Amino acid sequence: MDRIDRTIVVPGDILSEDEKRSGEGTYVKDGRVHSLLYGFANYRDNRINVIPLAGKYVPASGDHIIGIVKDITFSNWIVDISSPYDGLLHISEFPKRIDSEEMSLHLRIGSSLMARVKEVDCTMKVELTVNDRRLGPIKNGRLMEISHTRVPRLIGKGGSMIGMLKKELNCNIFVGQNGRIWVSGNEDDMDLAIKTILLIEKEAHTNGLTDRIVEFLRVEKGSRS
Amino acid sequence: MIFMEEKISFIKDGLRLDGRRAEELRPIKIEVGVLARADGSCYVEMGKNRVIAAVYGPREVHPRHLQEVTRAIVRYRYNMASFSVEERRRPGPDRRSHELSKVGREALEPVILTSYFPRSVIDVFVEILQADAGTRTAGINAASVALADAGIPMRSLISSCAAGKVGGEIVLDPMKEEDNFGDADMPIAMTPAGEITLLQMDGGLTIDEFHEALELARSGCRQIYEVQRRVLIEKYGQLEGERGERTEVATCD
Repeated sequence: MDRIDRTIVVPGDILSEDEKRSGEGTYVKDGRVHSLLYGFANYRDNRINVIPLAGKYVPASGDHIIGIVKDITFSNWIVDISSPYDGLLHISEFPKRIDSEEMSLHLRIGSSLMARVKEVDCTMKVELTVNDRRLGPIKNGRLMEISHTRVPRLIGKGGSMIGMLKKELNCNIFVGQNGRIWVSGNEDDMDLAIKTILLIEKEAHTNGLTDRIVEFLRVEKGSRS
Repeated sequence: MIFMEEKISFIKDGLRLDGRRAEELRPIKIEVGVLARADGSCYVEMGKNRVIAAVYGPREVHPRHLQEVTRAIVRYRYNMASFSVEERRRPGPDRRSHELSKVGREALEPVILTSYFPRSVIDVFVEILQADAGTRTAGINAASVALADAGIPMRSLISSCAAGKVGGEIVLDPMKEEDNFGDADMPIAMTPAGEITLLQMDGGLTIDEFHEALELARSGCRQIYEVQRRVLIEKYGQLEGERGERTEVATCD
């Protein structure tokens, strides 16, 4: 992966004299592009994006996330999505019709679920949905959490990293945009998967990571058999 | 200290009591990410000042009625440890720490993009572990780096520094003796572009002296900014290998 065009920047650094190149994590002042964040500046194509090194997850519509139920109201599950804002899952978004009294039979307080962000309004009311075959309550496997800023690295360019992990580890992995990850497979494979994902989180900012992860997995598997 | 105001000579052969020149800062040390539980943190030493700053958030606002529908609120708490000064200080908030919390918040808020996080709060805690004049400026410097470390979007960092008048001369970054027995003290905070977000003064200065002190304090801020920026970059820079050769990123002056 070509990673030469990356530089660490701090808020306020000038990234370009051409305001048209302003991308995510940047702002324009007096015709120049400045960084908004402490992170990596990515000079790709005609745009400059700054990828943050830290920060909280802010939900956007269409994101796939993993939430944990923290409360149940008359018609909504209130879901913690590891963000400053709570998610709301209305009963009508559940794949089958259920009564208000039966809500806790399907999702109790503390249950985790895979969901999609249906809509976010300007006051940050976050509506979720599980109306999809891939989504819904989590019943098996393990859940782990990393910083959401490392998720793009875990997925890799066009899903290259996550595709490789699924194949090599023989596990089913679901990566939520909010940094929560669901892993399912046999016990030994899950142990290795969690170890690998934590390694990716720690070294997300380094070059040639995919190759090193492949090597890491080869060594780990070698020592196991 | 006993009364000796007029007798003490603050400047001898062009050097101050601690051997600095008039336009010299005390040694600065900054560390980023010193606290595991905070979203962003920073430890700063400026001379004998020792300050730690922690940033939490954006997170849910408690109590609820403080919440703003369109933007995040910023809370800044300046607190001095009871052991931070020679004579034990009574713990808890007092008039002075209320004031410094307010000016600290107002020094940082203009650069934070609060509209990105409606209905949330960004909490900044600044703890003074050891004080030797200039703790508000050290606190603001630490808080600014901690905010960047927390990944909060900001227009720029904030740097802060004081200038004062001692024994008839304008000096940069007064230490405790100079502050206690000097004629004026003027802390400022500014962006690297030179926009001032804090300007306080006590004591007396003529208009010309004021301008001289302001210019001196600004030069101090610029030096501090370089340290803040370097520390943030080095946190990840060392792991990169061939860093430092690129020149495409310029600091904004």
